[in-house]
Amino acid sequence: MRLSPAQIWRTRIPRYRLLGKECKKCGRRHYPPRPACPYCGSRELVEVELPRTGVIESFTVIYTVMEGFKDRAPLIIATVKLDDGTRVVAPITDAEPEDVRTGMRVEAVLRRIRDDGSYGLIGYGTAFRPTILVHKTS
Amino acid sequence: MARDSGIISWGAYVPRYRLKAEEIVYLWGWDPNIPRNLNVTEKAVENVDEDSITMGFEAAYNAILRAGINPKRIGAVFFGTESKPYAVKPSATVIAEALGVTPVTMASDLEFACRAASEGLRSALALVESKYIEYGLVIGSDTAQANPGDVLEYTASSGAVAFIVGPAKEAVAILEGVYTYVTDTPDFWRRGLSPYPKHGEAFTGEPAYFSHIEGAVRGLMESLGLKPDDFDYAVFHQPNGTFPLRVGRRLGFPKEKILPGLVTPLIGNTYNASALIGFARVLEQARPGQRILVAPFGSGAGSDAYSFVVTDRVDELRDKAPRVDDYINAKKYVSYAVHAKMRGLYRRIAN
Ligand SMILES: [Zn+2]
Repeated sequence: MRLSPAQIWRTRIPRYRLLGKECKKCGRRHYPPRPACPYCGSRELVEVELPRTGVIESFTVIYTVMEGFKDRAPLIIATVKLDDGTRVVAPITDAEPEDVRTGMRVEAVLRRIRDDGSYGLIGYGTAFRPTILVHKTS
Repeated sequence: MARDSGIISWGAYVPRYRLKAEEIVYLWGWDPNIPRNLNVTEKAVENVDEDSITMGFEAAYNAILRAGINPKRIGAVFFGTESKPYAVKPSATVIAEALGVTPVTMASDLEFACRAASEGLRSALALVESKYIEYGLVIGSDTAQANPGDVLEYTASSGAVAFIVGPAKEAVAILEGVYTYVTDTPDFWRRGLSPYPKHGEAFTGEPAYFSHIEGAVRGLMESLGLKPDDFDYAVFHQPNGTFPLRVGRRLGFPKEKILPGLVTPLIGNTYNASALIGFARVLEQARPGQRILVAPFGSGAGSDAYSFVVTDRVDELRDKAPRVDDYINAKKYVSYAVHAKMRGLYRRIAN
């Protein structure tokens, strides 16, 4: 997959940091950031760092993948509802299809999302993995 | 006599997948006693979408989460690796951007085999002491390479660790002293166009690992007037599960002080994260007032010996981010065949 420097550069901050936008008029948030609010059309938007945890709302398993993604098949793509209610479409990683179910808690991680062969650019971005770290706060 | 710098916070990352040593024995027809002789059982391997940048990011993210500091206050990001995703294009800037440290910061990738991150640590501590920066971020991360069928495959693994360094008054572990010992020793190398490193087999032991770590640790103890009894923990570079115990014995450190920081038997040798991930694990169990010896090593060759004294703050920070053992315990086994696919070892042609 051909990746242009301009494209990688323009989208790096929202992709790396899960940076979305919040509408000053209707208060709703969206991701990825757009020039106008998808809910009310307002252009009065502020950047907001979205929560890195949420639940899988729906997902699809893609067995027939584009060239360049064969080593990742099957691809699991999910709509994740973040803890603030914002919906993000992203790959699910570190999980096999039989592990994944709707309602499952997931957390954001930085991963290689796309790759322009052995000589081109690497596109880093956000994927989600099942929250695996049972971390005691005693 | 403590200096005015120290470790403010730490974070680690170990990928989820594990490859058992017995898979390597079977595939390449090795003597089945080899894993036991190396004191390794399995190693951590990266997923297809991971590399030293993504792993280093998660370790650094955990360090910032644990410290609770604004990333903009970090004035240097040093990334030590020998598995750079790009031969030319810094990894440190990707991580700095993803963490929100950019744009006003130093950032560079360092190279000294497994010791690059340790040189970064020493440099960052010095920048803090000289007041050039408020905080520094040091990351060691590797997806270590080994020629398929080379004995190195049993240990070469994937993982990352990160430290935030800063002034002593905020530290979880205050720097007491550091001593560096380097020479030109050709024990392990990789030429520019080679996919895998070569090594001097037995030559990697005596003139390389042992001589440099012993030189650094003896120099440190002499300069601080300390002896092995004064340390509660000793963490050495761990290319396998046996060398750290042997170098410890030769220097006078009993096994009990080494085992808490010895992670290679569980996850393999994570190269730039090797001794430093062991240090992170020790910080997760050390008590205030205890003294820790940390001695990373890198081929080519050199070692740094550090003495750190743990402060009360360690108890407050320990549970603010995932621990090393959280990652060690969250694992799933893969076959050699799946690992080879995740690493891109199969040669495919485009459809
Ligand atoms: Zn709106």
